[in-house]
Amino acid sequence: MKRMKQFAALVMTAALTAGMASSAVFADGTFKLGAIGPLTGAAANYGTAVVNGAQIAVDEINAAGGINGVQIEYKGEDDELDNEKSVNAYNTLKDWGMQILVGSVTSGCSIAVSEKTKADNMFQLTPSGSAKDCTNYDNVFRVCFSDPNQGMASAKYMGEHGLATKVGIIYDSSDVYSAGIEATFEEEAANQGIEIAVKEAFTADNNVDFSSQLQKCMDAGVELVFLPIYYTQAGAILQQAAMLGFQPEWFGCDGLDGMLDMDNFNKELAEGVMLLTPFAADAEDELTQNFVAAYTEAYGVTPNQFAADAYDAIYAIKAACEQAGATPDMSVSDLCEALKTAMTEIEITGLTGTITWTADGEPDKSPKAVQIQDGAYVSMQ
Amino acid sequence: MKNRMTSMTKASKDNLGTILMLVAAFVIVEILRAAGLVNAHMDGMLVPICVYATMAVSLNLVVGILGELSLGHAGFMCVGAFASAFFSKCFENSMGVFPRFLLAILIGGIVAGIFGFLIGIPVLRLNGDYLAIVTLAFGEIIKNLVNVLYVGRDSAGLHFSIKDQASLGLMEDGEMIIAGPQGITGTPFNSNFVVGFLILLISTIVVLNLINSREGRAIMAIRDNRIAAGSVGIPITRYKMFAFTLSAVIAGCAGALYSHNLSSLIATPARFGYNMSILFLVFVVLGGIGSTRGSIIAAVILTLIPEVLRFMADYRMLIYAIILIVMMIVNWNPKSRAFIQAHSVGKIFGKKKTAKSGKEGA
Repeated sequence: MKRMKQFAALVMTAALTAGMASSAVFADGTFKLGAIGPLTGAAANYGTAVVNGAQIAVDEINAAGGINGVQIEYKGEDDELDNEKSVNAYNTLKDWGMQILVGSVTSGCSIAVSEKTKADNMFQLTPSGSAKDCTNYDNVFRVCFSDPNQGMASAKYMGEHGLATKVGIIYDSSDVYSAGIEATFEEEAANQGIEIAVKEAFTADNNVDFSSQLQKCMDAGVELVFLPIYYTQAGAILQQAAMLGFQPEWFGCDGLDGMLDMDNFNKELAEGVMLLTPFAADAEDELTQNFVAAYTEAYGVTPNQFAADAYDAIYAIKAACEQAGATPDMSVSDLCEALKTAMTEIEITGLTGTITWTADGEPDKSPKAVQIQDGAYVSMQ
Repeated sequence: MKNRMTSMTKASKDNLGTILMLVAAFVIVEILRAAGLVNAHMDGMLVPICVYATMAVSLNLVVGILGELSLGHAGFMCVGAFASAFFSKCFENSMGVFPRFLLAILIGGIVAGIFGFLIGIPVLRLNGDYLAIVTLAFGEIIKNLVNVLYVGRDSAGLHFSIKDQASLGLMEDGEMIIAGPQGITGTPFNSNFVVGFLILLISTIVVLNLINSREGRAIMAIRDNRIAAGSVGIPITRYKMFAFTLSAVIAGCAGALYSHNLSSLIATPARFGYNMSILFLVFVVLGGIGSTRGSIIAAVILTLIPEVLRFMADYRMLIYAIILIVMMIVNWNPKSRAFIQAHSVGKIFGKKKTAKSGKEGA
């Protein structure tokens, strides 16, 4: 029992010290930025990527003198991919003195929190909340493409480049992201003269064996299979298709980003896969390379698009604050009003492209289409 | 439910204690809030605490009083949450806030109760662990069903689909009410601490009164010895159905409270899945199976711990698990139990009294 007490005391002290170290006290007059995302649980890699990506941007900005000479204080809170916990995290950050929110990472949480930021009139910029309803309120902006936007862009790209006329879709009907893309893709496909021959769904409880879905695509003789899903399932689909000897064209969205880094995944299977993604970790430009180097050094993994979205979110806030001439002594509500206007006036060149915003919170940037060749992304035209 | 005892027994004193505890907690929190001593974080936790405490009361009725195991109580909460949010979305503009929210809570309770009743018809006739198996499946089925349900509304009326949004064929003026995996977005924000407290208080009073009634004694007799209870003429299935349906109704009301506290209602595996049902079971087991007061206290503590430990960042889940284990040992270790019992004579006396009068009542 005594040992246990000692251990408990040790853990408590360690945790307290860690907590204090991370919130180093600056001179009064700092911008307090909060981030919310799933840091534990099944979606932890998304939340962690956002919190870490934002941290890198914050460190860079602080090292370069801050926003208009004002340093940023930054804190990330966990929401466990749960709407209710996300609101709790928001309230915690509010008690801490947060002035601007970067979050939440996932759509449902972001919608739940936007109800609260609306009531408090706090400026909210979600890096990756892609569902349409995330930006229902005028104080909420996002960095990523919306789901409908991605579905639309995918169908347009296929139509304009004449990739295929007979298409099969395999998607996750229990996932907001996947179902959201699928719905608009279907609408736009009709306009592009693309025939959707097969549409097969799976759910989160049933996402290991895809042989029946693939068999149906094979029987219908589709030329291209559209995969608006995350890379874990897409990897399994590619593996099982190879076993069946099924070789259509594959097309996906930004959810496929990360496939090449999967453990035990034969990269040859991904040869020729096309995807629309705002961010590719092995892009040649200096900004991306610096970011990837800094991120890999700090956290030991290659950043994904979530980290890139968060990085851009912080720089967007910096640009908007500078545009509006915001100072940290402004009230949360005044800051929100100033940033709301400033967001529509700025243009930033970030990791995910050159972005401008419309007043309804949507980013205006062009998706990059890439193809996997020899185990690396190659830009398509 | 009429209390048949002429004088104040230990059991009813105990019950009064539970109710007074709730009221005192409410009054203290309200005073603190009025004095501005409650921060936004804790203020936001008040409604969820009421929701979980109500769920603990509901599940304690099944596990502790009826003696059956339910592993799908999150399913009933899910049904109540979606039914009430659906109602509120439909009548948001055509009714006043108060009557609509009241009706929404009732509808949440009634719909969950209907599901509880339907499940109970075949299962509660059986003897053994069948209820656990069926409720486990029920929870998963409800979660998946909600995820494929698309309901929209336009000037032509309601449209249903279990395929996708496009097949609803909504007109220009249409709006989605339940959008498959996106669930219900934009439920009016009506829940507050007073409503949450009232739901918790009413559920507690109903359950405590039931325990001390003729029906309650019959239900506990079934739990203690099914054959003996049957031999003295207690209609076993009827009483089991009664207790189980009541529990489902309470869970549905808690669901309604939950759904009107968040603008985005989604049935994910973490929320309304198997883990959630187990969490409710943990409240009941930690609080002491059969003790309504204990269940409420356990629910409050276990809801608060992960939030209070937020300053520990990633360590908090580790600490949470350690606290769970320690609480379980302290609560169930024979020695610590003996210690606790030795220091609460009234409790053990009250229990004996209830059991005795249960036989008398039957």
